[in-house]
Amino acid sequence: MATDRLSLVFGALADPTRRAILARLAAGEATVADLAAPFSMSQPAVSKHLKVLEQAGLISRNRRATARLSRLEAEPLREVTTWLARYQRFWNESHERLDDLLAALQAGQEQDPCPGPVATAKGNDDEQD
Amino acid sequence: MSKTEITAEPGIPMIIITREFDAPRELVFRAHTDPDLLVQWLGPRDLALAIDRYEVRNGGAWRYVNTDAAGNAYGFHGVFHGEPSPDAIVQTFEFEGAPGHVCLQSATFAERGGKTLMRTVSSFQSVEDRDAMVASGMERGVHDSGERLAELLARLQAS
Repeated sequence: MATDRLSLVFGALADPTRRAILARLAAGEATVADLAAPFSMSQPAVSKHLKVLEQAGLISRNRRATARLSRLEAEPLREVTTWLARYQRFWNESHERLDDLLAALQAGQEQDPCPGPVATAKGNDDEQD
Repeated sequence: MSKTEITAEPGIPMIIITREFDAPRELVFRAHTDPDLLVQWLGPRDLALAIDRYEVRNGGAWRYVNTDAAGNAYGFHGVFHGEPSPDAIVQTFEFEGAPGHVCLQSATFAERGGKTLMRTVSSFQSVEDRDAMVASGMERGVHDSGERLAELLARLQAS
């Protein structure tokens, strides 16, 4: 996944109007007039947003008869969610381990109110390998 | 069961992580500041964590190294700002593979009914820094899922 593409996608998603346009396109293809209708916005202003979305690869546009139709492209969104999913997994796994540790510490505390030695991991302690 | 929530708003160089733990906040705090405990949970199980230094005090430095099964080592370091306490741990965070790209992390711990809600706010210097950090930091197997796409779309429609 190219990071610059990710930046384009995030930039495109940063605007609430563009997110609303994407949400509308999730329901199906639409013309500029269709998309402009819910907003108090001119068609040229909507076209500008469509251009940003198109550059990010989030939509494609094609012409049918005289109307130009915009359509949602799901792949960049998938990349964004995949990007976050990795980070999510890192922290999920860390926090699950922390859950286990906290449970073990609390179980130990019931028997011994002062568990574990004071940490001395400062500096250069040589481990076995 | 508790779930880790990660929020990364488009266009804002921040990541917010929240998670509830079934333990008093003093203990959750200790798990974050006692290096002997930290090595037991921070990071995925297949990454070894070696703590080089961990001076939990105002101005104290910390450094640790993650090593994967192939022997690749990734170092991280930073400094604690303010006296770390269960109210807040504020520290800088820098990946040694990208020097100068420093993130400021602030973790708070709120206890209610014996459980602790931890909230970590990471502020990056730019959106690009944040995105690169997330993209490069955790190069692990990816499970693509249509569910996440569906969730994102639902969120897009809600906003």
